[in-house]
Amino acid sequence: MTAVASRPAATRLVDHFEYGLDAPICLTWELTYACNLACVHCLSSSGRRDPRELTTDECKALIDEFERMQIFYVNIGGGEPTVRPDFWELLDYAVAHHVGVKFSTNGFRITSERARQLAATDYVDVQVSLDGATAEVNDPIRGAGTYDAALRAMDNLRDAGMKDFKLSVVCTRDNIPQLDEFKKIADDHGAQLRLTRLRPAGRGADVWEDLHPLPHQQRELYDWLVAHGEGVLTGDSFFHLAAFGDALPGLNLCGAGRVVCLVDPVGDVYACPFAIHDNFLAGNIRDEGFKQVWQESALFRSLREPQTGGACTSCSAYDSCRGGCMAAKFFTGMPLDGPDPECVKGNAEFVSAGDRPAPSQDHSHRGTVRNAPVPVSIGRRRPPTTMCDESPVNAADLTPTGS
Amino acid sequence: MLDEAWVLNGSVALRPEPFGALAYDFTTRRLSFLKDPALVEVVRALGEHATVTETFDAVGIAPADRPRFGAALERLAGQQMIVRRDAA
Repeated sequence: MTAVASRPAATRLVDHFEYGLDAPICLTWELTYACNLACVHCLSSSGRRDPRELTTDECKALIDEFERMQIFYVNIGGGEPTVRPDFWELLDYAVAHHVGVKFSTNGFRITSERARQLAATDYVDVQVSLDGATAEVNDPIRGAGTYDAALRAMDNLRDAGMKDFKLSVVCTRDNIPQLDEFKKIADDHGAQLRLTRLRPAGRGADVWEDLHPLPHQQRELYDWLVAHGEGVLTGDSFFHLAAFGDALPGLNLCGAGRVVCLVDPVGDVYACPFAIHDNFLAGNIRDEGFKQVWQESALFRSLREPQTGGACTSCSAYDSCRGGCMAAKFFTGMPLDGPDPECVKGNAEFVSAGDRPAPSQDHSHRGTVRNAPVPVSIGRRRPPTTMCDESPVNAADLTPTGS
Repeated sequence: MLDEAWVLNGSVALRPEPFGALAYDFTTRRLSFLKDPALVEVVRALGEHATVTETFDAVGIAPADRPRFGAALERLAGQQMIVRRDAA
């Protein structure tokens, strides 16, 4: 019996989603790998612009295709999308072609003038990234001065009359105690709080062990999300937590290649924003056009087949969590048909992770970066072996001698 | 409602899908799902007929199914996906 023949007729909406839609519901488009920051957990290992980046005309042609496919809105990210000189031109073009835009930004370029422009544009939503409710928690992750920049951007958006923009937080070990404070910052700015899951993708793989929430924090996060219901957005990020009990608002399934995908700055199409790796690369829009990749690629077709849950299918919580996040498993070296590395039932402990896969690309800055983050682990840094490693000027040398 | 003139809200776009259609309101940014192809047909045809009942007649909704379709339309009206014609 083939997988297709064994597929039952879809009756629930969620089943239709598992078999894939004619066009994605949630499409993320990373416009550039260039970034003015160097966040330690960057999913896309962004920093330097890729010389093969889609041109303005190619971007507009892609927007035309989105319009034809009735992709009603796209989530634009990067890198920092506003560093593209044609960013505002592309934003206007998308809106004029019935493709709404929600874009993510670190806020550095959201001046009061840009905020007024955004507030006056229909079909545009802004998502300001902040990973600590205080500079002490945020800046070691995102870089010096990034807390102030994000708050300044949010002030500008509020003062311009922008309603319900998003404050977007990646939940980490350090900021889970600050959930109430994040909510207050959002409320004070007339913004909606959006919490998402830390993924071990891109540079996130390097900090995963230090930053991913501890087991008791997973419970704390779940309880907090249940208490706040639909008042807090999650981008369907935490369906692995559904195994604690009631499902959280949202689809509660892995949408990769089914209702979700990522278009990267050079036109590569990946199964989801957290899976920028050759193993999840479906094709390139320059070769085939987006529609062809979405509807026909072998990778996406296989993701739309019934998936085997492996060892997880014998777990009582499998119907809730569906084995968790494919990307989180892949980048931590765990088998894709086993438990999520953050399985709330603790089943990940019984699975031996293999080697972490080597990244298939890296656009990280190579030199000095303005605002570079200084992880708090600096206190555990290897001590200097000679004074010259610490400072070229040795205080002892300055002591007057011989007089 | 059944004797009134209704129409798909001008800010809403429908995208056909195997299960029916996605409905997206560009003003509220709300995404909804119409989980029945016949309901999609009704919603699309509302604006061409004087009343909801006439729309049911034209699309061929069986009498036994009409309470179910009526309830679905009430829900869509609550979300402003469809609006009364004089208010459109």
